[in-house]
Amino acid sequence: MTRRRAVLCVRVAVLAALVILLELCCRTGIIDPLTVIAPSDMVASMVDLIGSGELNESIASTFSTIALAFVLAIGLGTLAGALIHRSPRLRDVSDPLLASYYSVPTFIFYPLLVALLGLGKPPLVVLGVLSAAPAVMISTLSGLDSLSSVLIKMARVHRLNRARTLWWIVLPAALPRLFTGFKLALSYALIGVIAGEFILSGTGLGYAISFAYQSFDNRAMYGVMLFVMLVAVTANGILYVWEGRLARRRSAR
Amino acid sequence: MSAPAVSEPSHVALNEVIRHYEGPPAIHALGPINLVIRGGEFFSIVGPSGCGKSTLLDVLSGLVRPTGGSVQFEGKELHGEVPDGIGVVFQEDSSMPWLSVRQNVGFGLRTSGLAKAEITERVDHAVSFMGLNQFADHYPAQLSGGMRQRVCIARTLVLRPRLILLDEPFGALDQQTRLLMGDELLRLWRETGATVLLITHALDEAAMLSDRVGVMSARPGRFIDMVETGWPRDRDSRIVSDPKFGALTARLWSSLREESLKTMGRAA
Amino acid sequence: MSDLSLENALAGSTSRRRIRAFDAVVLALLILALWQAIGSWTKGVVVSPPLQTLVYLFGLLRTWMFWDHAAATLQAFLLAFALSALIGLALGLIFGIRRFAGEVAEPILAGFYTIPKVTLYPVVLLVFGLGISAKVAFGVMHGLVPMTLFTLGAVRNLPPVLIRTAKVLRLSPGRTMLWVLVPACLPDIVNGLRISFSLSLLGVLIGEMFSSQRGLGFLLVSGMAQHNVPLSTAVVTMIVAVAIAANTLMLRVGGRAARRPNP
Repeated sequence: MTRRRAVLCVRVAVLAALVILLELCCRTGIIDPLTVIAPSDMVASMVDLIGSGELNESIASTFSTIALAFVLAIGLGTLAGALIHRSPRLRDVSDPLLASYYSVPTFIFYPLLVALLGLGKPPLVVLGVLSAAPAVMISTLSGLDSLSSVLIKMARVHRLNRARTLWWIVLPAALPRLFTGFKLALSYALIGVIAGEFILSGTGLGYAISFAYQSFDNRAMYGVMLFVMLVAVTANGILYVWEGRLARRRSAR
Repeated sequence: MSAPAVSEPSHVALNEVIRHYEGPPAIHALGPINLVIRGGEFFSIVGPSGCGKSTLLDVLSGLVRPTGGSVQFEGKELHGEVPDGIGVVFQEDSSMPWLSVRQNVGFGLRTSGLAKAEITERVDHAVSFMGLNQFADHYPAQLSGGMRQRVCIARTLVLRPRLILLDEPFGALDQQTRLLMGDELLRLWRETGATVLLITHALDEAAMLSDRVGVMSARPGRFIDMVETGWPRDRDSRIVSDPKFGALTARLWSSLREESLKTMGRAA
Repeated sequence: MSDLSLENALAGSTSRRRIRAFDAVVLALLILALWQAIGSWTKGVVVSPPLQTLVYLFGLLRTWMFWDHAAATLQAFLLAFALSALIGLALGLIFGIRRFAGEVAEPILAGFYTIPKVTLYPVVLLVFGLGISAKVAFGVMHGLVPMTLFTLGAVRNLPPVLIRTAKVLRLSPGRTMLWVLVPACLPDIVNGLRISFSLSLLGVLIGEMFSSQRGLGFLLVSGMAQHNVPLSTAVVTMIVAVAIAANTLMLRVGGRAARRPNP
């Protein structure tokens, strides 16, 4: 068995063991069902909720908000990163800002956003963009930095115009790091939007969890929770694997 | 079969070329340089570190404008743009990690407007000429340094350049690989009939490969010696056994040694 | 070797520093102006303008109430950060040294990190109840994983020759860890601490924002609930200032650790 496969098996085994442990503890009453319900019940609840269509509206709302925030973050982030990269002066100003940005809990601005934009999608989208865009900027800068000058020289020797240099050389060369930024953007946008929905919103999956919690409906709460966790892990997992494949081709193995 | 040599008497001409950098501090990096390279000639330049060899290459290819003087290629003056017909192989690895060997080699023909069939034919020929057949679908990351440079050379080859500039292309390779690559370069030169300008810090390489060697002084670089080797066109690395080879290398070193000491003293 | 690199290296550095300082001042003024604009445009309903906030903040700093809340946050935060840092360090070292365990664990940890932890808050509340232990748990939930991942990465990237040297010198595992591993990985560990710091703070604050009666997070939310805009703006400003100051400090310390000569 190859090492990679062995690692995968052990990982699956460990996770399965944890789930089984939780299941046993819940079933035997070691863990109070008012606190945590058994994993099998969580799955059942989730299937019920999705099957009955109860969650459809929340799902649509949350997913569309995240998608919007994600696309905006990537667009704005890449553009801003490219602009900053061209101007050393702008870069000098931006570098310390970007370095400190994620040390500030952006989340504390959310109530302010709601006061400014009202309840509903806009503050959620803004929160998502505020969470995700700087990561894209940072990785765009990193990607452009990683461009070796010899490739640019080569583009000139081949007499490529601006557009072609950008499309054929700059973009492919910077792609690995850009992609890391996209991956982070999805992760942060997802977290930002759902956190916002949870704290202060009227729709969405985050709100559904909060509502269930406050209604003492543990079963529904855990069902939605499980769904959100699965979505997060799957979406990020896909990007993670994709990123790995991109990197593997370019590094010596 | 080798192509006939490009026959214009003056293929490349540098006239009183000077290159300054503004700084601060201001640096007089190169010149004045007066040089005429004959069509089909294999010309090498040796010189101490920092003498401006690479700057000279940048000026010759049109990547950089000279501060003073003029550069002419095939009778036309260069104005800070790389003209058609020049191929450059850089010191650093310029292979593109996201393309396979075959795709790398074909890269330069993307803008050529040639038919797909012709492109494929040229790429196949270059790949096989540089001995890369086995690795045609591999990626640069999977190849050694020497092979990657071969990819870069193949990529230059497909363009059928009339002037090939090489900036210490084998610098990162071990001695034995270098000798073999030198043979490859000679094959390339004979096959294409192009004018070749090689910049190297290895005196033996210059002495063995070239028709003529120019020795540059320490910065600001100027030519202090021009040595004609008189080798036959059909040469390869085994020429090291010729007694003239030792004399040539000795002459190059005697011109170069003092300049190198100057550079070291400056650095210390 | 191209002379162009020489040219770039010699670009004047003092004039650059002066320009940078000037730009920083301009930026600060722009931010203040924007703040003022939003404040007055929304007639103080969203944020209160800078000056008013500053005045209110100074007044706030003189009340017992404020320091009571600040102390609650600090207490929870320090506990959360300490736990995240120590447990994260230990786990990171173990997973870094035991390669197989590390390979198994890393995607699990990375996956956990991508989950919106807010969805797990109800669980934490149900398990820990309301109070400081829930807050600390929130903090640790946020700060533990990055610390572990950073340390893990640092150990994994350690040049193997250092371990071989330790073996040749017949150092015990404990000594190897303390005298070789940790000093060599220090820059990455400091980086991990920096990130963990910010995230533990975030976790504690979010915990306070909706499950506590004490702390700066609670103060922020109650300010919003009472429509006491100067209060919430002042608290936000304070948090931002502290967070940036701490982060900048740790960046400096980390930078100095990175420039140390290698052991």
